Amino acid sequence: MPELTQPALAAGAPDPAVGGATGEGASVLEAARLVLLRDLTLAFRRSGQLVQPLAFFAIVTTLFPLAISPELARLREIAAGVIWVAALLASLLALESLFRDDSYDGALEQYVLSGQPLTGLMFAKTAAHWLLTGLPLALMAPLAALSLGAPAASLPGILAAVAIGTVALSLIGSIGAALTLGLRRSGVLLALLTLPLSLPVLIFGARASELAIHGAPYAAPLELLAALAVLGVTLAPLASAAAVRISLE
Amino acid sequence: MTWTWFHRLGSPPHVYRLARLLTPWFAWPAGALIVVALYGGLVLAPPDYQQGDGFRIIYMHAPAAWMSLMVYTTMAVAAAVGLIWRMKVAHAVAASCAPIGASFTFAALATGSLWGQPMWGTWWEWDPRLTSELILLFLYLGYMGLRGAIEDTQRADRASAVLAVVGVVNVPIIHYSVTWWNSLHQAPSVMRLGKPTLSSAMLWPLLTMLLGFTLYFVAVLLVRLRAEILGRERSASWVREMLAT
Repeated sequence: MPELTQPALAAGAPDPAVGGATGEGASVLEAARLVLLRDLTLAFRRSGQLVQPLAFFAIVTTLFPLAISPELARLREIAAGVIWVAALLASLLALESLFRDDSYDGALEQYVLSGQPLTGLMFAKTAAHWLLTGLPLALMAPLAALSLGAPAASLPGILAAVAIGTVALSLIGSIGAALTLGLRRSGVLLALLTLPLSLPVLIFGARASELAIHGAPYAAPLELLAALAVLGVTLAPLASAAAVRISLE
Repeated sequence: MTWTWFHRLGSPPHVYRLARLLTPWFAWPAGALIVVALYGGLVLAPPDYQQGDGFRIIYMHAPAAWMSLMVYTTMAVAAAVGLIWRMKVAHAVAASCAPIGASFTFAALATGSLWGQPMWGTWWEWDPRLTSELILLFLYLGYMGLRGAIEDTQRADRASAVLAVVGVVNVPIIHYSVTWWNSLHQAPSVMRLGKPTLSSAMLWPLLTMLLGFTLYFVAVLLVRLRAEILGRERSASWVREMLAT
């Protein structure tokens, strides 16, 4: 796949996909769209990797009934927390692949050199990452919740909470992934950097899910979660772009 | 404009000499203030009507907790200065702050836990302030871990500076979300300290101790900064000349 190892928006490389626009001519949105499509295409060609975080999520949620008790009444009490801890760890696991391949094959350097605002490209990469890991996790979380004894009426709330929360998690994680780019034994360090910053997401997400399970109105924590996601959308790409520049120096 | 003093702060030999000159001016007052505050807190202040003499650990706990936040802020400001003006010395200041801040955080956690044992009956209570303090310790450990993992000093400086700035944006969010989480999950703690009813006989040693800790922090920072500068400039000619004499 030579056309994929060479990103289409390298400066001065006209590509039919860009509609004849060269590096300086293409708009940020166009460049971001190309990055997004490239990441999605690459991911679907190696779909085995996509399933791994989901399998990890399923395994972690299975550990709790085995470790605590198979009683649904007890599991229902802890279901929200279990789902959120598992989702947090699964998204952390998926973070390592966010920049790794692109830094190995030099695509990331081409992004930096492309003349396009790196912030926009980072946002596109993070958006692709969320579509590939956050969204599937959000679709799987209701199933896990059902198996832990959550009532069916609570599933839309859990889906919404995990979907919004993983947006914030992907954005926070992109900073940590960019900072630890290319370091040896970066896995534990990435967890140490990312988890403390993710705690507000965990708190509000678990709270919204717990309220949903108990049939209470859960809009307030969900809105706070959305506020965190919006804050992440505005600030995190700036930080991860700066971190990528530093890591590639 | 006389900005020369600011520009001279970018010069490692100048800062090294300045730090050596200033250290005793912070260290001696810090020691004196801490001794006075200890005497005021442990001897002069009356015992608390509810907690008896047990409350006296506040004279270590509260200033340490306060300093843990102040050191983090100092570190983030120094890191931002280093990022913006590309000042090597500012990065050295940030690097020297981290272990001091982590020690203050650890001291606050340890004294909080010791205080919790007689007051709450447990060594650890998921009190919002203790929990945020624990998370702050993780932030410090992450900062030092990132710095230690990167071999190249320049990259380590700038990467950890980004992390410090991101962290300082997050500290208030973490603090308020933890407070909110706690208020929903458990009844207010037995201990409601910090109400402004602290009598002046109890208050003045606390404030004196806070000032003493601040000066102590500056003195330790200056010593660490000198070591940090020497380590970074070990192949520079001024270091060799200084060591030769």
